[in-house]
Amino acid sequence: MPKLTVNGVEVEVDAGSTVLQACEEAGVEIPRFCYHDRLSVAGNCRMCLVEMERAPKPIASCAMPAGDGMVIRTDTETVTKARKGVMEFLLINHPLDCPICDQGGECDLQDQAMGYGHDDSRYDELKRSVVDKNMGPLVKTIMTRCIHCTRCVRFTTEVAGVDQMGLLNRGENAEITTYLEQALDSELSGNVVDLCPVGALTSKPYAFAARPWELKKTETIDVMDAMGANVRVDARGGQVLRVLPRLHEDINEEWISDKTRHACDGLARQRLDRPYIRRDGRLQPASWEEALAAVAAKMAATQSAKIAAIVGDQVDSEAMFALKQLMDAKGVLSVDCRQDGAKIGGQARAGYLFNSGFAAVEEADALLLVGSNPRWEAPVWNARVRKRWLSPGAFPIGLVGAAAPLTYDHEHLGSDVATLQAIADGSHPFADVLKSASRPMLVIGMGALSRDDGATMLGLARQIAENCNLVSDDWNGFNVLHTAASRVAGLDLGLIPGAGGHDVAGILAAAKSGDMDMVYLLAADEIDSDQFGDAFVVYQGHHGDRGAHRADVILPGAAYTEKDALYINAEGRVQMALRAVFPPGEAREDWKILRALAGALGIDLGYNDLAGLRATLVAQHPHFELIDIQEPGEWGAFGEISTPEDTPFETSINNFYMTDPISRASETMAQCSQAFVEDKMARTGTDG
Amino acid sequence: MLQDQDRIFTNLYGLQDWGLDGARSRGDWDGTKAILAKGTEQIIEEVKASGLRGRGGAGFSTGMKWSFMPKEVGDRPHYLVINADESEPGTCKDREILRHDPHKLVEGALIASFAMQAHTAFIYVRGEFYNEAARLQAAIDQAREAGLIGKNACGSGWDFDIVLHRGAGAYICGEESAMLESLEGKKGQPRMKPPFPAASGIYGCPTTVNNVESIAVVPTILRRGPEWFAGFGRPNNTGTKLFCISGHVNNPCTVEEEMSIPLRDLLERHAGGVIGGWDNLLAVIPGGSSVPCLPQDVCGDMLMDFDALREVKSGLGTAAVIVMAKEAFGRQTDIIEAIQRLSHFYMHESCGQCTPCREGTGWMYRVMSRLVTGDAEIAEIDALEEVTRQVEGHTICALGDAAAWPIQGLIRHFRPEIENRIVSRKAAIPAAAE
Repeated sequence: MPKLTVNGVEVEVDAGSTVLQACEEAGVEIPRFCYHDRLSVAGNCRMCLVEMERAPKPIASCAMPAGDGMVIRTDTETVTKARKGVMEFLLINHPLDCPICDQGGECDLQDQAMGYGHDDSRYDELKRSVVDKNMGPLVKTIMTRCIHCTRCVRFTTEVAGVDQMGLLNRGENAEITTYLEQALDSELSGNVVDLCPVGALTSKPYAFAARPWELKKTETIDVMDAMGANVRVDARGGQVLRVLPRLHEDINEEWISDKTRHACDGLARQRLDRPYIRRDGRLQPASWEEALAAVAAKMAATQSAKIAAIVGDQVDSEAMFALKQLMDAKGVLSVDCRQDGAKIGGQARAGYLFNSGFAAVEEADALLLVGSNPRWEAPVWNARVRKRWLSPGAFPIGLVGAAAPLTYDHEHLGSDVATLQAIADGSHPFADVLKSASRPMLVIGMGALSRDDGATMLGLARQIAENCNLVSDDWNGFNVLHTAASRVAGLDLGLIPGAGGHDVAGILAAAKSGDMDMVYLLAADEIDSDQFGDAFVVYQGHHGDRGAHRADVILPGAAYTEKDALYINAEGRVQMALRAVFPPGEAREDWKILRALAGALGIDLGYNDLAGLRATLVAQHPHFELIDIQEPGEWGAFGEISTPEDTPFETSINNFYMTDPISRASETMAQCSQAFVEDKMARTGTDG
Repeated sequence: MLQDQDRIFTNLYGLQDWGLDGARSRGDWDGTKAILAKGTEQIIEEVKASGLRGRGGAGFSTGMKWSFMPKEVGDRPHYLVINADESEPGTCKDREILRHDPHKLVEGALIASFAMQAHTAFIYVRGEFYNEAARLQAAIDQAREAGLIGKNACGSGWDFDIVLHRGAGAYICGEESAMLESLEGKKGQPRMKPPFPAASGIYGCPTTVNNVESIAVVPTILRRGPEWFAGFGRPNNTGTKLFCISGHVNNPCTVEEEMSIPLRDLLERHAGGVIGGWDNLLAVIPGGSSVPCLPQDVCGDMLMDFDALREVKSGLGTAAVIVMAKEAFGRQTDIIEAIQRLSHFYMHESCGQCTPCREGTGWMYRVMSRLVTGDAEIAEIDALEEVTRQVEGHTICALGDAAAWPIQGLIRHFRPEIENRIVSRKAAIPAAAE
């Protein structure tokens, strides 16, 4: 633990710290552009120069390891002069077009120029201008503003794992570019916008939309995947304008995926803002009273065995709890929260959690992916796997399932079930890899679990966990990687068919054959809505997507930015989301709709407000009270042992940019889908 | 004046055979095994005692540098990297060694590598030195064939080999850490220090980077004894040195001389004197384009060594003496334009990594260009001086300093010249307008 003196104050810092970190420890702020906590040190902006005793020149504090007995001064004339000099150099070729720059108001260069800039320029030569680069539909470039800090280059190569950015040419002709003017093909590319300390890389969808001081900022939780990334939603009026990451070391560090960031324009499109009732074959606007009465009348008139409810992937816990209460009160058994047909839940909780926790991959020393493509299912966690892979120590990674363009070296062990069986019975060499590891991890995804024989896959994975010592007293390396934000809470709340009830496939089959008279869709859009036959379909949700198109009654609900709600992420961590804007038009928060429907049916749910709902919820499921705590799941029996089908694994997500009603409604996501998914598919000779 | 028997580079002008037989006839590869038998510590001690200072420009003690390498080889192998990326304008000494005395370098590489317990030496040859690289490669092959390097080099029991790598024409790759990056196949951009190469150099392994001349003189030093080498020049500035004399002299040449030789002697004995006589001398850049120029009045009794030149705020650098006469070849020398040309060079060669150099070199060049024509204000001279101070010492590598110093030297010694030009241009413009 080196001890150093910063401006006369003695500080002790962890070994391996830099002088810059030591200065921060001492409460001295060091200006910087290129330095970033989560990226490698470049030391090229020269803004963080400080004076060190016995050094002939000022040193770059970001790159200098803190040593015992160092005497650092940051308040001398030399330091100020050096920083002012650097600032002057940065500004001579900077366009100073702040009034038309989207970074204005949240620009490091602007802020630090207040401290170290001159009020006038003595640079009389022509300024450099740089041709803008095409970086795809998300990142807008105004490269003349670039100060060559290379944060974006380091992020894309180190964190995102794509070698598509770099510094071309040299000297004052140096330019940051994607080598072949190609769009940045990464699910994390939007983060370069946050990293850029100036306005060179800005958000294309958000261009010229707002100034930061006009926005109402709400710290909440993302539902675009099952990670539950911590985000900040910036809104003006009733409109969400952008989503930014928030720091959470155990979940998303400070990154978010492009879908999390940019699907938000979908919140303003295709919205259901009033109830509808299908009359004469057409959906026609109705009042809440009419809509609820129609649903209640149908529900009251239908046998409970002929009623079913399906829960969507982004539903909040409160709404699911209210639905569960309502369906229990009606004696409905065909309730399912697993739209994709995943064969999980109803058994030990550890059988459907990401037990290790997302951050634990950094300690792991072997990883087996089964039927999962984390790059699309959880891009931020995928970056964490890459982080572990880049750090010292062997980290063998095996993949059983459809081949995936992961951002780290991995061995594709096979895409057939036999490979998984071989690992389970110990005859495959990767079983030995797992056995010899001290912190082995297995991650099984929906590509395996949503198969018809998903329960067998789960059983095989459990067998691997048992045979390869994945579970010990202080380590649980068995993990399920969900794709749905609502799934763990849904399973915790027991939203699975009761004895004699149907699961999603059974509900659809029954509806088609006429055995199911009423289906209640709670924001469930990922099922084939042509399969409902003549059933009466109620759709409660926020987007006019697949479910709403087939509905007989539409009850407009709230999207994730429009309600205070609890979510449980794949790890089993309870998180609280806050409302950023109100639902549009007559749309209401989902639990309220269900509460009103219960009222119309004469069922007492036991509460009239959110606090009451949560009290009831916590009384029945105490772990919902433990905000930001990952309540471990008990290890026990799950899955089943039987003969699997001999079909290869498939991916659960075919298009990262189009996975839910919000992203399907988003124009930005449509552009991304075009640029990154559809354009890559094989084209015929007559195309274009 | 250096006697012929004391010359190290006895085939500097290529009058004899460059090959192994010729080299052996000049004493190279003589008793190399015995030298190696002295052991690593003894070799380093003798190099230290010789007072040899790095010949690449910075002038750091070579023996000292070698002693920074870890004493024991750990899990990472040691490497020697020899810098033959001689690109400093005015400098052409390593080129002559590669052309005419490559075996001195190969033998030196073996001894130096042995002293630092490196089994591999990389020689990074400037890309433009195509023929020189071919010559060096031929010498390496000859030595390998003769068993002088390779497995059990010279019968010493030490395995050693040389990898020759050609650069691609970037000046910055002559900076030691940029050279390591380039050798690793990356873009040639200097690294931050610390860590220094001795702790973490090429591929993260302990590495020493030495200039060609520093390595090539080592075998002779060890054969003739450190006292012999230390007997030349002034204390702390010992040995013999290759001087590259170019510009307005009657006989431009590269010559081996004693350190601390007076500049005037050097020019007059070996280069045929300044064109038009000593009084026609305008200025001298004594150590390659990076160091500040010196006017004639300073040059009169100036000694050519590290300390003497530092005292007059210049430097020995690579000992590339660029001479500028007041008038030569029927033309007045424009010192401002000469320095402006150097500014262009540094702007062109700046790697663009760190801010002061990337932005400052272009700024300095543009102001210098206006100073050439006089299209400037007097106050801009001070502003330019300040800009050079803002670049100097604030960059990752020394290229920023190298870009700043020539301009500082110009302003220090030739300010009246610059001012005159501005004033006379100002005087000319209203006359034309009226």
